[in-house]
Amino acid sequence: MDNLLSVITFMPLVAALILALFLRGDDEAAQRNAKWLALIATSVTFLLSIFVYTGFDASNTGFQFVEERDWLMGLQYKMGVDGISVTFVLLTTFLMPLVIASCWDVKHRVKDYMIAFLLLETLMLGVFCALDLILFYLFFEAGLIPMFLIIGIWGGANRIYASFKFFLYTLLGSVLMLIAMIAMYLDAGTTDIPTLLTHTFASETFSVAGVTVVGGMQTLMFLAFFASFAVKMPMWPVHTWLPDAHVQAPTAGSVVLAAILLKMGGYGFLRFSLPMFPVGADVLGIYVLWLSVIAIVYTSLVALAQSDMKKLIAYSSVAHMGYVTMGIFAANQQGIDGAIFQMISHGFISGALFLCVGVIYDRMHTREIDAYGGLVNKMPAYALIFMLFTMANVGLPGTSGFVGEFLTLMGVFQVNTWVALFATTGVILSAAYALWLYRRVVMGDLIKESLKSITDMTSREKAIFAPLVFMTILLGVYPALVLDLIGPSVEALVSNYDTALLDSGVVTAVAGN
Amino acid sequence: MIQADLNIVLPEVILAVFAMLALMGGVYTTKDKSAPVILWATSALFVVLAAWIGINGEGANAAFGGAFIDDGFSRFAKVMILLSAAAILVLSQDFMSRHGLFRFEYPILVALAVVGMMMMVSAGDLMALYMGLELQSLSLYVVAALRRDSVRSTEAGLKYFVLGALSSGMLLYGASLVYGYAGTTLFAGIFTTVNAGDISLGLLFGLVFIVAGLAFKVSAVPFHMWTPDVYEGSPTPITAFFATAPKVAAMGLFARVAFDAFGGAVADWTQIVAFLSLTSMFLGAIAGIGQRDIKRLMAYSSIAHMGYALMGLAAGTAEGVQAMLIYMAIYVTMSVGTFAFILSMEKDGQPVTEIDSLQNYSSKEPLRALAMLVLMFSLAGIPPLVGFFGKFYVLKAAVDANMAWLAVAGVIASVIGAYYYLRIVYYMYFGEERDALNGSMPMVNWLLLVGSAAVMVLGVINLFGVEGLALTAAGALVN
Repeated sequence: MDNLLSVITFMPLVAALILALFLRGDDEAAQRNAKWLALIATSVTFLLSIFVYTGFDASNTGFQFVEERDWLMGLQYKMGVDGISVTFVLLTTFLMPLVIASCWDVKHRVKDYMIAFLLLETLMLGVFCALDLILFYLFFEAGLIPMFLIIGIWGGANRIYASFKFFLYTLLGSVLMLIAMIAMYLDAGTTDIPTLLTHTFASETFSVAGVTVVGGMQTLMFLAFFASFAVKMPMWPVHTWLPDAHVQAPTAGSVVLAAILLKMGGYGFLRFSLPMFPVGADVLGIYVLWLSVIAIVYTSLVALAQSDMKKLIAYSSVAHMGYVTMGIFAANQQGIDGAIFQMISHGFISGALFLCVGVIYDRMHTREIDAYGGLVNKMPAYALIFMLFTMANVGLPGTSGFVGEFLTLMGVFQVNTWVALFATTGVILSAAYALWLYRRVVMGDLIKESLKSITDMTSREKAIFAPLVFMTILLGVYPALVLDLIGPSVEALVSNYDTALLDSGVVTAVAGN
Repeated sequence: MIQADLNIVLPEVILAVFAMLALMGGVYTTKDKSAPVILWATSALFVVLAAWIGINGEGANAAFGGAFIDDGFSRFAKVMILLSAAAILVLSQDFMSRHGLFRFEYPILVALAVVGMMMMVSAGDLMALYMGLELQSLSLYVVAALRRDSVRSTEAGLKYFVLGALSSGMLLYGASLVYGYAGTTLFAGIFTTVNAGDISLGLLFGLVFIVAGLAFKVSAVPFHMWTPDVYEGSPTPITAFFATAPKVAAMGLFARVAFDAFGGAVADWTQIVAFLSLTSMFLGAIAGIGQRDIKRLMAYSSIAHMGYALMGLAAGTAEGVQAMLIYMAIYVTMSVGTFAFILSMEKDGQPVTEIDSLQNYSSKEPLRALAMLVLMFSLAGIPPLVGFFGKFYVLKAAVDANMAWLAVAGVIASVIGAYYYLRIVYYMYFGEERDALNGSMPMVNWLLLVGSAAVMVLGVINLFGVEGLALTAAGALVN
């Protein structure tokens, strides 16, 4: 099939349209139909994406499954994947059926809920497949609309504040990127991403209003893109929207947010910031490394102090994303391999952790850690699964969490030992907050009266966790599954980056090694 | 000779004659009972004229010694004006008749205002400009005060009249200065004088006064003060009319004067226009935040949107004019849909304009709420809705003309402005349960609301070809 990527991307949208147009009523049967249709649509999307996986030639570092059509004012509708983006496409299609299955017990406006998630899947896949700058921006920004509604309509008590903060914060980040994109379009005369990847943007130092800008145009554009992706990622100190959004979002919303939406930031760094503005990335890379370290240490400490489970996991997500940005801006093979691996593995682990919170939240309707304790007595299966993902979050060897953290630390060690040293303390801190959380929720005697009647996981819940458990362990013991896929593309990215730096004549401490 | 001239202005002549005949007919026969007939006839005539101008018009023709210009630019603007005026007329029928405002003069005054607007966008001479502008304005002053027994409506009419007269005075003063220093009122003549050498101080003063007068008409900051009060005080259909056709006409006239007369002094007026654009975008975005009344909110929203349209003009290039035209076309479409909704906001037969009356609207009327959601996100400029493309075109034109600072300011203002559009969505979708609005919606309004929302979604495919048409139109104006 020539247009496989388009089919995959728009399949959920078609399902959403069918739901919106043909499904009437809000009774039990209609709700069930809506859920089943959404589940089938996302599952079919996943099955189709397997064809992308099998048809993908990892040794080819160019874009594959490319489709191209003319669009407005010289823009193009162009889709395609390379080794980096194909992993995110697969991650998205893999997780979405699980997300849909996890909201089986929702009763409030079920049809709209399903439509919102299907729409969101289309937009997320579009972000990873788009090969046109403006098309990318379109998908990137449009994702805010369904997420705004998901948090706002189905969220918790303080959902309005959280949804507005989420929307406006991320919008402010991205609009500057739009200006940079327009500048790139005017400079290169095209918005075609493969062409832009080979285009060299001006990097002569100049001064704006008396401030000398080393790296010139590239540095400014890097900053504009950075504003967007750093907020999306999110990096310290612009992470504050994330805990609010996570805490207020419904479980399924949190899972999508943590597992996929955050990865758009990392993907953006790899697709745009590093290869298109190598000089800018080189000039500012060291600051990004230090910001990442601060994120890792600071948010881990903040996580220790949380009394709300979701907030704790949200802060742990920020810390883990710190490893990602650190790996990316180490700008060597191990670092970037590790960053991508960390993103994929974090997609499974954080998604599973939010689902774990969801399981007990559905039963007790509270996320306060103090309200729990001794769950192992009543919920042995839950305790086992929660432990596995706690360990994976800590980065225990044998789980996928270890590989990503190890590779990023190794990558950054070659570039800056101090950064690596401080970042490693994050591993210890993550063990502290994750194990302490587990201890307080699961271990001990079951003394709380309200917990006496709690029931263990249903088979539906176990079925949702099974694929996540499988993937976390599989990637932990056989990381080559992902690394072989991304390896050649990352290698090409790194060598292009180094060449571009040498050509520009700006070689600083980061790239010097 | 006169035959050829009349041929060129035939659409305007037909419309003016129609308006006078309808007036006679109305006065001598059944008075207000004939209002629906006149209204439908007027809007049908608008549509026919729009089709005629759009399909038949060709090339650039000048009539009356260059005082009236019929070119691609004016035709594009006229089609927009006619279609939006037709849409607003049919929208208003139900509201007007139910609230006892349906006088037969209403469609006639709108028709006369439209003649004035068509004159404005075709003006090739300062006198033609002033004639068109005043014909439009006088008709609008009257319709603003259509509800004679309401204090607010008369206040709106009076305020509009006093401030409008002031701005006309400034414009006229500027025009006389230009005439004094250029020696001619013809745009072509002014163009030659401006191009001949350094622009004289007198001409520059004239230019500034004319721009100030025009800025009043497009309600650009700092000449915007009348807008919120007039929007709030006028009957809602009239507000809807103010938000659409007159804005297009004023922007068209602005572009016409800027390029046809002062095309040789682009560097002189872009600074002023860029300033107007900057202040309008920010004031519209920030002052809208505190509004509780949806009509006032739409007033600030329109101020902000005019800021973006002016950004296209400030670029001073053909691309900028194209961007401005596309922006206006999109803005007018969104406004028609939004006002179709606002007209149906009623509770027990009384119009309601408080925003918080929309609480939980979506659970009662899911489809209308969805259409409104689409329009709000489109007004906020969020992709993939068409409102985003409007912003994208003007931003691109601005960056291309080395005005990246204006583009950056524009996107920041758009984030601030997004807040109040989101607030409407928030009330409709996240609001608490309460006895909601219960107004019914006539078929026409429903069609225009849903149609305009559908355009916002489907336009992402190719903008319905507006891009190419706007390009031709801009090419006709800027050579």
